[in-house]
Amino acid sequence: MGHTMKDAMMAEAISITGHGGDRIEAYLARPLGPGPYGGVVVIHHMPGYDEGSKEITRKFAAHGYLAICPNLHYREAPGASPDDASAASRAQGGVPDDRLVGDVAGAVAYLRAMPASNGKAGTIGYCSGGRQSFLAACSLALDAAVDCYGAFVIGSPPEGMTLKVVPIAHLARDLSCPLLGLFGADDSYPAPDEVAELDKILTKAGKPHEFHIYAGAGHAFFAVNRPSYRPEAATDGWQKIWDFYGRYLAG
Amino acid sequence: MCTYLTEKLAIEGSGKGAAGWFGLTEATVYFDHPQHARADHTLNIDFLNPGQGPSARVAVELTAASARALAAAIESALASAPPGLA
Repeated sequence: MGHTMKDAMMAEAISITGHGGDRIEAYLARPLGPGPYGGVVVIHHMPGYDEGSKEITRKFAAHGYLAICPNLHYREAPGASPDDASAASRAQGGVPDDRLVGDVAGAVAYLRAMPASNGKAGTIGYCSGGRQSFLAACSLALDAAVDCYGAFVIGSPPEGMTLKVVPIAHLARDLSCPLLGLFGADDSYPAPDEVAELDKILTKAGKPHEFHIYAGAGHAFFAVNRPSYRPEAATDGWQKIWDFYGRYLAG
Repeated sequence: MCTYLTEKLAIEGSGKGAAGWFGLTEATVYFDHPQHARADHTLNIDFLNPGQGPSARVAVELTAASARALAAAIESALASAPPGLA
């Protein structure tokens, strides 16, 4: 009986307080044991608060973390399907940086207040969420952050973009926690030379970090439902994540 | 890659979405990851009416070749319309 209870978990949509005191939707997955557990904020990719993002959130719970994925597009489209919400967000210029930080801060506060929390919290983000994971870790007191192929940390987006995305490498000096970066060698956003430049900036700033660039992988190699999925890179990447969070977030 | 590039334009016309016909007021056009198409990147068009909420949307995701063929077909159809109509 005790053995079978070890991996029991609960997953559900909840409401949390985000940026500016707004109530936003979030997906929470947590082990049902007493803990103590570390907390992970999953920052979803541009296609939104979708099934894949919720699946990732449950995966963290299955590995013994309190995990929460705030719906970053909730304000533009409460109750809409994730693809419609994503389109609405894109048409309005994307998720503003200050709002992202406020929403992640709300999610972190929610995790740390849970009775089973060990008080530690980290972030992980994919695609646009990779940049946002770095941004959150430079703006909030966190214990660990993972950036999965986030573009525009280094380098400006092309002219004429509707989305208001600016480079944020200058924030590196404020990075509050160790950073794990997972990238594809065939990606152009971010390109490997941009990853190398960020690596250099973090080293110069004395910020603990480890970057891995996977050969034969491009953008979104973790996405199991897309042609970009690369099983070898993704499997090794997940192992890197468990090792990293095991060191800085677990227990 | 995530291109983030988005063209946005005001349009006039109608589209048929999940809840039937509605008036269109704007469109976004971008080359980025699709939601559904089996390709790494597609040319995506959202026909929208934000005034009627985010679900007032007609979406297409086309391969680059299909999108170019469509663009040419649109130009061709407009060009062949009787003078003064289009």
